[in-house]
Amino acid sequence: MNKSKITKNQAFLPFAIFVAILIFNTIISGGTFLEMKIVDGHLYGRIIDIIRNGSKLMLLATGMTMVIATGGTDISVGSVMAISGAVACSIVSGAILPGLGGNVVAAIILALLAGVLCGIWNGILVAQIKIQPIVATLILMVAGRGIAQLITKGKIVTVSSDTYYFINGGYILGIPFPVYVVLFIVIITLLFTKRTAFGLFLEATGCNSAASKFAGINVGLIKLLVYAVSGTLAAGAGLIESAGIKGADCNNAGLMIEMDAILAVAIGGTSLNGGKFSIPASIFGALIIQSITTMVYALGVAPEITQVVKAILVVIICLSQSKEFKDTVIKIFRREKVVAGA
Amino acid sequence: MKKKLLSILLCTSMVAALFVGCGQKETPVSTEPETKVEEEAEAPKEEKSGNDKLVVGFAQIGQESGWRDAETASIQFYAGQNVDTIDLKFADAQQKQENQIKAIKSFIEMGVDVIGLAPVVETGWDAVFTEAKDAGIPIVLVDRMAKVDESLYSTFIGSDFIEEGKNAAIEMATLLGDEGKIVELEGTVGASAANDRKKGFDDEIAANHPNIEILESQTGDFTRAKGKEVMESFLKTYGSDIKGVYAHNDDMMLGAIEAIKEAGLKPGVDIKTVSVDGVKGIFEAMAAGEANVTVECNPLLGEQFFDTCRKLKAGETVDKWIKSEEGIYRQETAADDLPNRKY
Repeated sequence: MNKSKITKNQAFLPFAIFVAILIFNTIISGGTFLEMKIVDGHLYGRIIDIIRNGSKLMLLATGMTMVIATGGTDISVGSVMAISGAVACSIVSGAILPGLGGNVVAAIILALLAGVLCGIWNGILVAQIKIQPIVATLILMVAGRGIAQLITKGKIVTVSSDTYYFINGGYILGIPFPVYVVLFIVIITLLFTKRTAFGLFLEATGCNSAASKFAGINVGLIKLLVYAVSGTLAAGAGLIESAGIKGADCNNAGLMIEMDAILAVAIGGTSLNGGKFSIPASIFGALIIQSITTMVYALGVAPEITQVVKAILVVIICLSQSKEFKDTVIKIFRREKVVAGA
Repeated sequence: MKKKLLSILLCTSMVAALFVGCGQKETPVSTEPETKVEEEAEAPKEEKSGNDKLVVGFAQIGQESGWRDAETASIQFYAGQNVDTIDLKFADAQQKQENQIKAIKSFIEMGVDVIGLAPVVETGWDAVFTEAKDAGIPIVLVDRMAKVDESLYSTFIGSDFIEEGKNAAIEMATLLGDEGKIVELEGTVGASAANDRKKGFDDEIAANHPNIEILESQTGDFTRAKGKEVMESFLKTYGSDIKGVYAHNDDMMLGAIEAIKEAGLKPGVDIKTVSVDGVKGIFEAMAAGEANVTVECNPLLGEQFFDTCRKLKAGETVDKWIKSEEGIYRQETAADDLPNRKY
């Protein structure tokens, strides 16, 4: 009884796949994959790499799950990352708003605010002007990098502040700081979606927006909110990214990451048509994507074919999630059995 | 009331967005380069008959990267300093071949002495180059090649990526005392800079430094973030066996330096670094003792370009490929070099 309840959970399959990838890697590498050392008083190993490098994607996937639950998409998250990184690094380096004296806290707050603004812009386009979500967010996806370039004047802004670097490279009790950020965000959103009616409103909006409206849900506000949250989380991811490289690289920060975020949600088993969703499932989806990347590096796959290897793995994972595919395989398997039996 | 407020908010933000959009496009309006060129058209003709000022038309690709901005600045700066002897007609093509062709045609009409061109694409230049040749105006290709018959242009000024890779290998061998294990961070798969910098490096190591072993080579897409991620993985696999790292550009190296620090090792001491480009950031790292060597890929071609133009005007013959003057910068001098770095 209890067992079937666990396996029926949406997060179970992605979790199982994630564990399977880890086990596969451990066997292939002869155990070194799971190896963990303590270097300079913090944990050091591939697992730490996966969760730290995956933290950006986990944040994005959390926001993206809620957006997708309402039946939308947000493909501007990569550009919002570039904007927030540009804002934060420019302030820390004193290139803009020198009055703040490179204050890291002010930089973080303003960068997050920029993310909120970007999210509200997307939300207004989708909820009030009723532009198709993919088109509405496409606008910021294209324009966002331009805005980021304007802020940094087309250059890579390098910062040397150790306080800023802490966002990515810092450790509390030996565990990377971004992990705490992700945990905090996931717990908050879970509380909101599971313990309040907010989660139900999201699903209702995604299932049937017109019916929800007549049922008294403020659909416009819900949509505006999820895009604002997605923008804010993207800004947070942008801070982690730029802190990790101690600089804002507007051309490359979060490039194509929106696709990874959508993929993470899809691998998590949330339908892109909206409706039922699971944030933990998307988190494991993000971890799967990151562990594939780490795995490709660990196996030493030649650079020319890394993308192909990743693609094949993603196809396999998606197939393993498709009910129809599973049914077909089972059918073929059974038929063979029958034939063999006869 | 609420709706009204919302619509006002929307309108203002849309107008603001419009301004942002304009702001980006404002600088290089597509017709601007041509009109600019044509306005000045009469002046050089008079001058040409009057004195022997060097009249050069330069068709630049446009604003593309920090590297190209530095190149543009270098050419304009040199011309500005020698305003008595050089008359520069500068056209910004905004990444469009048709604009570059138009610019070249107007240069021909003006009767400039030499045409400089950084071709945005490799092909499609035959017709306009032939026109220039018929008009007796030599064409100098800068930093990028065009796929045309060799007789159609006079010379190509640009970097030799293979040479850069080779120099990097020699520097690495010196740093390691000709022995040790290293890893390589490649540029974007398929980019000529990545292919040639790898070829030059790997060939030199294989031919002359048999005791240096390249443990692994993986692409870091020329970006800091990827460079860091790949280096993290290398460090997990090989640990302190890695004695040196070679990156196809400085940005990847800057990412790798962070990864090395996180692994509890000292970049520049425990793991030697050699990278290519010569951007400011790597000089800062070298001055801080965290990087060892950068092999310059020089965008500051101004002086070399105009020297070549002078020679061509005087009727001297020049080499078909003039390799741009590139230095190798090491840790010891980085602190002194830093203030002079322009890009």
